[in-house]
Amino acid sequence: MRWAGLVGVLVLLALPPFLDSYVTTIFIFIFFYGFLGQAWNLVGGYAGQLSLGHAAFVGIGAYTAAMLSMKAGVTPWLGMFAGGALAAVLGAAIGYLGFRFRLRGFYFVLLTVAFAEVCRIVALNTEAIGGALGLYITFTGNPRQFQFQDNRSYYYIALALMLGATGIVTLIERRRFGAYLTAIREDETACEALGVNAFKYKLLAMIVSSFLTGIGGTFYAFYLFSLQPNTVFGIPLSVEIIIRPIIGGAGTVLGPILGSFILSPLAELSRFYFAKAGWSGAHLMVYGVLLIGVVLFVPQGAYPYLRRLFAGRPKA
Amino acid sequence: MDPTLIGQGLLNGLLFGGVYSLMAVGLTLIFGVMRVVNFAHGDMMVWGMYLAWLLATRAGVDPYAGFLVCAAALFVLGFAVQRALVDRILDAPHEMQILLMLGVALVLENAALVTFGPDPHRVRSALGLSTLWVGPIFVDVARLVTFAVAIALTFVLYLFLFRTDLGKAIRAAADNTYGALVIGIDVRRVYAVAFGIGAACVGAAGALVSAVLPFQPSAGLSASVTSFNIVIIGGMGSLLGAFLGGLLVSVAESLGAVFLAPSLKELVSFSLLILILLFRPAGLFGKGAA
Amino acid sequence: MALLEVEGLSKRFGGLQAVRDLSLAVGDREIVALIGPNGAGKTTVFALISGFLAPDAGEVRFRGRSILGCPPHEICARGVVRTFQLMRPFPRLSVVRNVMIGALGRHADMRTAEARARAVLEEVDLAAKAEQPAASLTLTERKRLELARALATEPVLLLLDEVMAGLTAIETERIVELVRAINRRGVAILLIEHVMRAVMSLSERIIVLNYGERIAEGPPAAIANDPRVIEAYLGEEYVGAAQG
Repeated sequence: MRWAGLVGVLVLLALPPFLDSYVTTIFIFIFFYGFLGQAWNLVGGYAGQLSLGHAAFVGIGAYTAAMLSMKAGVTPWLGMFAGGALAAVLGAAIGYLGFRFRLRGFYFVLLTVAFAEVCRIVALNTEAIGGALGLYITFTGNPRQFQFQDNRSYYYIALALMLGATGIVTLIERRRFGAYLTAIREDETACEALGVNAFKYKLLAMIVSSFLTGIGGTFYAFYLFSLQPNTVFGIPLSVEIIIRPIIGGAGTVLGPILGSFILSPLAELSRFYFAKAGWSGAHLMVYGVLLIGVVLFVPQGAYPYLRRLFAGRPKA
Repeated sequence: MDPTLIGQGLLNGLLFGGVYSLMAVGLTLIFGVMRVVNFAHGDMMVWGMYLAWLLATRAGVDPYAGFLVCAAALFVLGFAVQRALVDRILDAPHEMQILLMLGVALVLENAALVTFGPDPHRVRSALGLSTLWVGPIFVDVARLVTFAVAIALTFVLYLFLFRTDLGKAIRAAADNTYGALVIGIDVRRVYAVAFGIGAACVGAAGALVSAVLPFQPSAGLSASVTSFNIVIIGGMGSLLGAFLGGLLVSVAESLGAVFLAPSLKELVSFSLLILILLFRPAGLFGKGAA
Repeated sequence: MALLEVEGLSKRFGGLQAVRDLSLAVGDREIVALIGPNGAGKTTVFALISGFLAPDAGEVRFRGRSILGCPPHEICARGVVRTFQLMRPFPRLSVVRNVMIGALGRHADMRTAEARARAVLEEVDLAAKAEQPAASLTLTERKRLELARALATEPVLLLLDEVMAGLTAIETERIVELVRAINRRGVAILLIEHVMRAVMSLSERIIVLNYGERIAEGPPAAIANDPRVIEAYLGEEYVGAAQG
């Protein structure tokens, strides 16, 4: 398995010269949403807390880095961490409130949605950060401002982000933190009786997850150059974030990556074909059908299913 | 602060609250009976709206008559969704149920997008333009009728649940599924009917709203979130809570628009939601947490 | 100073007084049984001691220090671990991973924790099933897993909640032996049990609860003949039925 992974990474590193700009862009989205999905995976997959509000962290990271760059001249390479930190503060707040007050399942989902929506509404109504019109970042192509002329640079950065997040999740999975998270997901009360401070570990997962997602916000801002509250804080973005790890396999290291490799091209294809037929937005229907299919038939996700198929052993 | 403005806000809030109540009652019925949160609730409502629009533009049927057709159509949709999909995941973890219904929501919302396009639609009703004056406050006749019909429908639902045999069977299954099975109630059918009724409520609500506000497919998810807000504030599974919660939230939003700013009104309901989630998750009238 | 001291513990649920002014003590390395008819409040007492419920009144001291108000994971860290009446394995995790969760509290390093977990699995005779998912175990194997997980936390006091329930005579014997072995290693045990054979053969001392109150306490022989105990379990008419 390790060799396959290494080969895969090497192939991805070597690809860009052979790809045209359009395909490069698709890969960028695969890597970027794979990154976001992997960050979410920590909370939603490993800790088992379904968050539908992760867009809030993207938004906070994006706006923070953008404002710092535009108003204070701070390079996004640093602004990225400020954005991540602020996102982590919100994540800690949501986690603290949610877990201290023992909100589970649907109630926790709604808490995350409520916070994301509040962020969206506040952003919409705050003229200082652009209000409803949003922010537009002037393109300078200056690497020091996290902007590149060449699509390929974004490719490598997105890939680095995805691999970085994957590395972090792998590290966590292999240590006590990860073991505790999966046990908490199975039965939190039993964990408590065995000495596990469930609140602390869930909160930690939330903080790491929101920090990483916030960093992703910076990439978002300086790749797309425009930020609108409805897009960057909205539920549709949260759906994009969670759907890749869920389809690919929440709670596994490779799940979000596999999910992203399945979904991004699928989204592109359906966007392409349906747009030709005059149907725009149909790719989200595909998401919906996939979600239904996965929940009904492959609830663990694609990766565990494939692994079982090829290994014939139950998951340890 | 001008008392007229406050009064207007109160009245508008109250009138629109009828619709909110209807939406919430449908959602809480589904949850009360089978402990499933219908994440596609708002998107079903959107289809109610578009069906009303179709009826109005293709068949010339006024939404204030057509809402019955919308309710019936959504009943069928809800029944089918329950039988085909929800039935299979009744015992699954809550997260899985939410994801399933989210999938249904995505399909419904984007089917509407593909069929009708992203631009806002509106339905013209014969009542659309007339207003009444109550002192210094004006009342949209359309909104008044919307309110009246919504209240009437809620009352009809109440009668159904408490006075008919099928209604009692539904409440029995909600109270104690095992007991209901023991006394021979066809629980699967009851579940499907309950889901259908929940969808019908929201289909009617959609038709009633279609004459009053412009709508587009993306309204689905926010309508869902609004319904969840109301149901949690009022208490999951409590019909009275859903009914009163709908009025309460609508008035709170309306007053929020008056005192803060129109675009901030949702902030009020979200803040209420967060407070309730943290301090009284059972809601104002709830029977025990989910 | 006893290992565990409970004084004046009370807990009310709405109109029901589940535990009323209960005092008990468990000494170092003792095996004490807590018995009583269904609904007597025994599991509530466990929940109160282990931090899952807050008492309305009373004091709980472990090794001289109050553990009142401590969260369950903190109480486990201090050396008191409980098992659950309805067993709660981590179903999708492997047996060895289940036990590791207990061990990780004492050994943060995964490899050490795994070694400890495997050692415990040997003790409870579950080593053969180490890699299987916990959901695939039989009833008696789950009991042993529950015990193993608790043991992995290296407790000083073990609270066993009806660990013999539903077992055959032979299985019961095996678990009794296992509990004795655990006790020999220095672990004090407070157990809730309905299976009287196990209670009689294991315990040094028995405490009897009825309607949340302690109605009798003493060695097994004395309890078996105590009229108040007989009345609680069987009703007044049967007092005097047992031979002395």
